Amino acid sequence: MAIIERPATEPVVAPTPTPAPIVTPSEAFGTFRRPVETTGWRAWVFTVDHKKIGVMYGAAALFFFVVAGLEALLIRAQLAGPEGTVLSADVYNQMFTMHATTMIFLFAIPMAAGLANYLVPLQIGARDVAFPRINAFGFWCFLAGGIVLNLSWFLGGAADGGWFMYQPNASVPFSPTNGVDFWALGLQIAGIASLTGAINLIVTILNMRAPGMSLMRMPVFTWMILVTQFLLVFAIPVITVAFFLLTFQRSFDAAFFSPAAGADPLLWQHLFWIFGHPEVYILVLPSFGIVSEVLPVFSKKPLFGYPFVVFSGIAIGFLGWGVWAHHMFASGLGPVSVAVFATATMAIAVPTGVKIINWTLTMWGGKLRFTTAMLFAMGLVVQFTIGGLSGVTHSVAPSDTQQTDTYYIVAHFHYVLFGGSVLGFFAGFYYWWPKVFGKCLSERLGRWNFWLMIIGMNLTFGPMHILGLQGQPRRMYIWTTERSGEGFFNLGFWNLVSSIGAFILAVGVLFFLTNIVHTHRKGAPAPLDPWDARTLEWITTNPPKEHNFDRVPTVSHLDEFFHRKYEDVGEGDAHDLRAVATAEEVLAAEQAQADAQIHMPSPSYWPIVVAATLPVIALGIIYGVYIVSIVGALLMVFGIFGWAMEPGTAPDSDFDPSPVDDGGPTTELVRSE
Amino acid sequence: MSDAATLEAQVAHDDHGDHGGHGGNGAGHPPTTTGLSHNKLGMWLFLGSECLLFGGLISTYMLYRGRASENLGPDQIYDLPFTSVSSFVLLMSSLTMVLAVSAAGRKDVRNVKLWLTVTALLGATFVGGQVYEFTSFYREGLGFTTSLFSSSFYALTGFHGVHVSVGIIMLLAVVGMISRDRIPGDRAEVVELVGLYWHFVDIVWIVIFTLVYLIPA
Ligand code: HEM
Ligand SMILES: [Cu+2]
Repeated sequence: MAIIERPATEPVVAPTPTPAPIVTPSEAFGTFRRPVETTGWRAWVFTVDHKKIGVMYGAAALFFFVVAGLEALLIRAQLAGPEGTVLSADVYNQMFTMHATTMIFLFAIPMAAGLANYLVPLQIGARDVAFPRINAFGFWCFLAGGIVLNLSWFLGGAADGGWFMYQPNASVPFSPTNGVDFWALGLQIAGIASLTGAINLIVTILNMRAPGMSLMRMPVFTWMILVTQFLLVFAIPVITVAFFLLTFQRSFDAAFFSPAAGADPLLWQHLFWIFGHPEVYILVLPSFGIVSEVLPVFSKKPLFGYPFVVFSGIAIGFLGWGVWAHHMFASGLGPVSVAVFATATMAIAVPTGVKIINWTLTMWGGKLRFTTAMLFAMGLVVQFTIGGLSGVTHSVAPSDTQQTDTYYIVAHFHYVLFGGSVLGFFAGFYYWWPKVFGKCLSERLGRWNFWLMIIGMNLTFGPMHILGLQGQPRRMYIWTTERSGEGFFNLGFWNLVSSIGAFILAVGVLFFLTNIVHTHRKGAPAPLDPWDARTLEWITTNPPKEHNFDRVPTVSHLDEFFHRKYEDVGEGDAHDLRAVATAEEVLAAEQAQADAQIHMPSPSYWPIVVAATLPVIALGIIYGVYIVSIVGALLMVFGIFGWAMEPGTAPDSDFDPSPVDDGGPTTELVRSE
Repeated sequence: MSDAATLEAQVAHDDHGDHGGHGGNGAGHPPTTTGLSHNKLGMWLFLGSECLLFGGLISTYMLYRGRASENLGPDQIYDLPFTSVSSFVLLMSSLTMVLAVSAAGRKDVRNVKLWLTVTALLGATFVGGQVYEFTSFYREGLGFTTSLFSSSFYALTGFHGVHVSVGIIMLLAVVGMISRDRIPGDRAEVVELVGLYWHFVDIVWIVIFTLVYLIPA
């Protein structure tokens, strides 16, 4: 934060004996006085600090995870017994649509964005992201999109066409409430967050690496985030087109998807899945990055085959563009297309398998420590493999024709999404909590959390394989005893098991939430390097200072931090590690050379102002009151001008006077604590 | 002790990829890992993303171009000479944009303002032509919802028109901000960024013009 922009009332304690004159915040270029608060809600709402933004992303995403989880519980409650009465058919449709949409767009993507925001600059030795204000803007867009999407619950009903919103099923005659309109525009707004965030993170990773941090010295998490952001940059515009066409169709009477008017309903499917398949990698690659950080730390071995893990990530990123039509095998594409897409899909299993092998070999012969983070990471390896195997079964098109639209598919994608993304995120939570909040989550509660989630998820999603192969269709809101069959494969029994599993899973999540509260009430401050970590983000305090590093570290190795702590005197593959420095010593050595003056980007009103105009525009379109949209658009233009004329960092003259030359670590500058 | 300037460069560089840009804190081009400025790299990524946006719209148009109602199809309705002229005007604006960028490189403020204004005027002529074209189509009976062809035609060219209009606003804003000396940061780079965007929009038009107007349905 702009160090100079303190309230004038705060006593000025200059680092030099001569008291520095109070510097007033710049108004020279900005339209208004800039925000100056460093505490209280304003410090969050107007912040451009990547760490605060990361925490806000994480908190909001966790909230949406709970919301979508409750929606899933309602679904499972409805299906627990025959002729369920918890949800009506109509509400059931809304429930699974919103469950999926919320999980994917409001939990998984933003949770990855939050972790990336917080950690990527730290992992590459940067002090912030390339475009701090755009970063803040992205967060507010995500939140605005999430609010618009969920407003529909209170304004006549939510979207009900399933998360891929096939057309013309989701056109006005079949889905007459405004739910789908809220859906299209809410996700459109959230899409802006993903696009701006992606550009920001790519530029940050490519352009702001610490000296010596070559691409092949980057931590794998950063690598996977880089791949993910490239996927977003090219996938988001495709779905943007689809959402626009959908809005034109529903709000302006175009007929892009009406077969009655001669339209091709497959147009929507193609646009959706050209986005949708890369999207599944967008969901899972960040978690792959997380386990690639966690497994080496708790095996005390470097990641096995780092270049293979990186390149297989990149390969997945490329291949992911050529397989979208495997979601459309049943739509009559023709045998040639089906064959091509089936083969491409099988090919993608190869780089994925490479990763699994690398993770396994990382643990092989390592000194394993079964912390909660490690348990979650190992959980991912196992559960994701199950999901990957059932995935390969649907790459075989004839078999997919049998499975499509059954619970077998639901089983598959929950093993990859829950077993992949979610378990990975949880590994990340336990691993990085001390970095972000300065306290380790309780390991005791963590174990409960882990085992309940693992048992719960297998009980919930495991039986769905059976249900699906027995023919239970997905999106089925009710079942009856007469039609559920008998014996071991009777649908009633397995539906009940699945529902019980869901509640066990929910208790597991409850343990996590309890753990957060418990840790923040009772937890002791974490040690500087609680896990004996390997990467750059640990060469700073917990939590890091506003400017991250007192001195930007110079990197000479992959796993730089580890190499500063240990010397490997083993020969060949035998690792014989000799400790040469403690984490405290490494940090002290860095701090001894702290930079005298650090100018951080200054907070700004404009990101939230500009983002807040988007829901206004959207609501105007949904209700056909275009004047509201026009007012919103004008406000947005005004906001952009305010933004454009405000320098990202208050000008030099505003910073504290003359550099201090006593050589001390004066990076806290005048905002002395 | 590292020098403050490098550090500043790391973080203090301003955030602008998307609306024409406002450079850093005036410190010139800060050293970045790739040597490209953040703004320029960001702009390139944004334009890469835009390629897929237009890709989607163009595909939709190509799918539906043949699905027109009688005698209001592409072959009947387009006025090729007129659109050729307005396309030529738009292409010329790329030339004047180049002149503006080169003037900015020489710090020749007067010519920067001149050429940016001319570029904006040429762009406005193009948009004016598009408005005229749309109204005459509409008078002939081709509304937005008349047929799949018309919906996809208006969606595609309309999106492009919006992009040109946004470009015009950016050009004029830059002229205004230069006149009142209100551009934080590197002025030449701001002009260059707007230039990148402008050329991109022109190139997209060449593609659209070829696919939509020149190739018979
Ligand atoms: C918290 C535990 C979860 C439970 C108990 C759960 C349960 C369910 C159930 C029962 C369905 C099927 C509804 C139906 O077809 O009638 C479903 C659908 C779905 N879920 Fe989950 N789920 C959970 C977590 C997740 C997560 C983490 C994600 C993604 C990140 C996710 C994404 C989806 C998707 C995409 C659908 C498909 C919806 C559709 O058919 O349009 N779920 N979920
Ligand atoms: Cu797929």
